[in-house]
Amino acid sequence: MAIVQSKGSRWFNRAAIALALVMLVVSMIPLYWIGSTAFKNRSDATTVPPTVFFKPEITPFIKLFTSRVQQRGARDEAEYAAAPWWEKLVMDGGDRFIKDDKGNIESSGYSARFVNSVIIAGISTFLAVALGTITAYGFSRFKMPGEDDWLFFILSTRMLPPVVVAIPMFLMYRAVGLVDTHIGLIILYTAFNLSFSVWLMKGFIDEIPKEYEEAALVDGYTRMEAFFKIVLPQATTGVAATAVFCFITAWNEYAFALMMTNKTAQTAPPYIPSQLGSGLTDWTVIAAGSLLFLIPVSIFTFLLRAHLLRGVTFGAIRR
Amino acid sequence: MSDLAIRNLFIIPTLIFLIVFNIFPLLYSLAYSFTDYRASMNDPVDFVGLQNYRELLADDNIWSNFTLTAKYVVVSVTGQVIVGFGAALLLNRPIPGKGLLTTMMMLPMMMCMAVVGLFWQLLYNPSWGIVNYIFFTDGKEWLSNPDWALYAVAITDIWMWSPFVMLLSLAGLSAIPPSLYEAAAIDRASRWFVFRRITLPLVAPLLLIAVIFRTMEAFKTFDIAYVMTSMDETELVAIRLYKMAFLEWQTGRSCALAYLMLLAVLAITNVYVKYLNRLKAR
Repeated sequence: MAIVQSKGSRWFNRAAIALALVMLVVSMIPLYWIGSTAFKNRSDATTVPPTVFFKPEITPFIKLFTSRVQQRGARDEAEYAAAPWWEKLVMDGGDRFIKDDKGNIESSGYSARFVNSVIIAGISTFLAVALGTITAYGFSRFKMPGEDDWLFFILSTRMLPPVVVAIPMFLMYRAVGLVDTHIGLIILYTAFNLSFSVWLMKGFIDEIPKEYEEAALVDGYTRMEAFFKIVLPQATTGVAATAVFCFITAWNEYAFALMMTNKTAQTAPPYIPSQLGSGLTDWTVIAAGSLLFLIPVSIFTFLLRAHLLRGVTFGAIRR
Repeated sequence: MSDLAIRNLFIIPTLIFLIVFNIFPLLYSLAYSFTDYRASMNDPVDFVGLQNYRELLADDNIWSNFTLTAKYVVVSVTGQVIVGFGAALLLNRPIPGKGLLTTMMMLPMMMCMAVVGLFWQLLYNPSWGIVNYIFFTDGKEWLSNPDWALYAVAITDIWMWSPFVMLLSLAGLSAIPPSLYEAAAIDRASRWFVFRRITLPLVAPLLLIAVIFRTMEAFKTFDIAYVMTSMDETELVAIRLYKMAFLEWQTGRSCALAYLMLLAVLAITNVYVKYLNRLKAR
């Protein structure tokens, strides 16, 4: 605002900025807390008053990927001496790994769930964006009877509460053996993201001037060639932004994963909270698991920052 | 290929996909909503007509799920508008590093609701949680206290989604032509007058979009409340539905409840899309 700045309005400005910074700090406290708890040892995590300064440890991350129990009684010194450094760290904290008959350390379910999340979010994103892009092109460039109604129909599928869809889908999946499979979740996430992808891509494609393709058509390109060689390269940013949004949505999805999977194809979101209920509650491990899971999304958010507004309004508001 | 063939080739697969995996299941559950089907048993399925709907609408507990949800929606959306719009007003001025600042404030809304709900349990812990430490409310129960649990969940939701309202409000604020403010300054209009007569009316369309969208999402809330608490006082409609379908296995009845919920969501979606299109047309 290029208004004539009086002394009063300068102070008003400064106060507003200060208040905004306070809000930022307050909103960051929960994130700082989850991040710092992931590097604490178990006793530091649950102290009164809460520990702000502490000696960072990596044991929560070691424990995250392994199965362990709390140590009972005296430690076996011979075992301790023979153990590698990371096992010693865990034993120092009063825990003991669970081992199988051959002495191998059992792994926890975390890494498998994480890999499931990557596979399921990745493949469903690819499908949703691929289908969504061509459909958006179809709606953007060709006349379609009842176009607005079709677009409303497409968007309304996105708004369906997951639980409502999950009940019949569960029954159908059970009949065809898709419960707790990767394919089952991939289909659900593709359907869920597809409408979003169509709307967002339509916004991006609408912005590409029709003249480019028309010139290409005059030059003897077919429609297909014009789409793949002219429009698609122009829409790269849009495709990338749409893909990142779809990936985040699938990555974060909880309700479908909770209802449709329990082990083989389970993703991280339902798994991480279930650690609370299993045996001893070690908040440092839960924090470590949450942190690792939140990091990719945080990076993506920074990459997406220019498109956030467009994304959350289904491409309606562009700026 | 003709243009018509390409159009159909590009559009129809998506429509088929959505019809097969969204509409067909809904028809399937519509049929089940008129039966006494229980997916956990092999009993013969009987047609019971409208009995499920009648019983649901006569059930005080279901009504209390709906009123609870309404309360949750009002508290959390109001909170998000106050915090989010407030933050946008504060940020709507030249600030060094503004881009980074706003992006950081956006982080919560991009995160997994279930994980957010999980680690807020750590913050709310009555004996060593940081919430009690900051507010000097030593030993206060939040999530296991029937009077407070719903508000505690709403506060988490406000933390997570205020950035959404802020993002849309900022877009609205930055689109207001500076000439309007200059004219007001020349007329020596008061700050309050400028806010009432210029800022608010021009931001209103975007703010409305944010409110409708958040209302719909809050109405559907499942993840965050389900992860954070488990008591009757926080049993939102979506949670009741989940329990009825997947824990009690009253499949037929749950399909009927799902339809009641669906109708409400579709009504809000309709309003949302209407405003979205109106905004787009400007």
